[in-house]
Amino acid sequence: MTATTLHIDWTRCRGRGACIDLVPGLSRDPWGYPILGSSGSDLPVPPQLEVDAADAVALCPVAALSLRPSAGTGAGR
Amino acid sequence: MTTVHPAPRPETLPRRRLLGPGGPSYTEHLAAFGPLPARPQLIEDVVRSGLTGRGGAGFPAGRKLASMSPGGVVIGNGSEGEPLSAKDRLLLETRPHLVLDGLLATATAVQAKQVHLVVGPVSAPALRHAIAERRDARHIVLTETQDRFVGGEASAVVHLLTGGDAVPVDHPVRLTTRGLRRRPTLVQNVETLAHIAVIARSGADAFRAVGHPADPGTRLLTIAGDVAHPGVLEAPSGASLRDVLAAAEPGRISGALVGGYHGAWVGPEALDRPLAAAAAEGAIPVGAGILLVIGPGTCGLQASAEIATYLAGETAGQCGPCVNGLPVAGELLARIADGDRDPSLVAQLERTLRLVDGRGACHHPDGTARLIRSALTVFADEVRAHRAGHCGAHR
Repeated sequence: MTATTLHIDWTRCRGRGACIDLVPGLSRDPWGYPILGSSGSDLPVPPQLEVDAADAVALCPVAALSLRPSAGTGAGR
Repeated sequence: MTTVHPAPRPETLPRRRLLGPGGPSYTEHLAAFGPLPARPQLIEDVVRSGLTGRGGAGFPAGRKLASMSPGGVVIGNGSEGEPLSAKDRLLLETRPHLVLDGLLATATAVQAKQVHLVVGPVSAPALRHAIAERRDARHIVLTETQDRFVGGEASAVVHLLTGGDAVPVDHPVRLTTRGLRRRPTLVQNVETLAHIAVIARSGADAFRAVGHPADPGTRLLTIAGDVAHPGVLEAPSGASLRDVLAAAEPGRISGALVGGYHGAWVGPEALDRPLAAAAAEGAIPVGAGILLVIGPGTCGLQASAEIATYLAGETAGQCGPCVNGLPVAGELLARIADGDRDPSLVAQLERTLRLVDGRGACHHPDGTARLIRSALTVFADEVRAHRAGHCGAHR
């Protein structure tokens, strides 16, 4: 079970790419934006990647990333 | 823009509830429906009624009401940014007091502190007048929104009410938990509210007497495209596409876009399937109730390419994958529709759609991808024909 999720606020992301260098498993799309996996905006973070994910949150120059408890995610209306 | 006609041939549309007797004035409304009764168990009734949201997502309305905590905000959403849709405007202008009743009853039931109604500029005068006609509605704050496609999305409506533009914002936490100025916020489509006004009077069982077991009641549908009588009608939820379209006299149908620009195409073989919320098994997901019909004279690929290009232009310009991906997808589909014989176009388009899926603060990229994918599936023969230099549409 994953406890946390890395969430991206796409309205803030400018594709600077710091997170792509810091978090293994993130890749770059043709326009420079991070690909978080199948869910699009949320990446489940396994315990061994929690430090990397926290670094990405801290070092994102536009504060587009956040770590959230997995149960609290999902953009309901 | 679709012209709004009175619902054609009412005898084929049993038990019209919203567009039946009644009218725009409070006097006509009271004569048809009577006063709004106090209904202490309204949330329970709405849960039992099975009413689903009529704004497009089809989320159970009762569950959304039940998730609100006291002291929050209720917003009636009449934005209707979808250019093909006319049902919310028709409802607001001809039965405004049903919407106001539903809004007031809902606000009381969830013990809201603030009540808002957001409508387009065309409907605003009618609503201003309706609110002034009754004493119990004076606290409703009426706000005009701009006509833009993504402006009706729930978080965009909330953003508008904070004084911003009607553009979606990132909301990883549900709006009913934290919405307008961090308060619990319930955003309900105006048609959903009108149905709640009916439930407040007649109860859950009467509401369930019509419609699909998994998605009961009636719903408003906007019919557009290659039909003799485009317009808005009220039909039982779960009625087949064929029955619903009959009143509009479509002629030969080669396809229908169900659910609007974020919906999906179906071919003629789907005509006998029921139209209902996505959760109803076997149903064509009806979304906000828009049915765009095309006949043999219209090329489905060309129509889809025009819509995709429009949708690319309607990005709020905030999220990178949407800003960059939708124009590429629209362009690729336009090349396929125009008969460009490059055999790699479909694969390029599918790759582009995977790059926009789920990668935005709202569902504009996913909805656009759904429309384009359904075009590639339903008009697969046309894709092959176009690659070979032919178009099946004959004008």
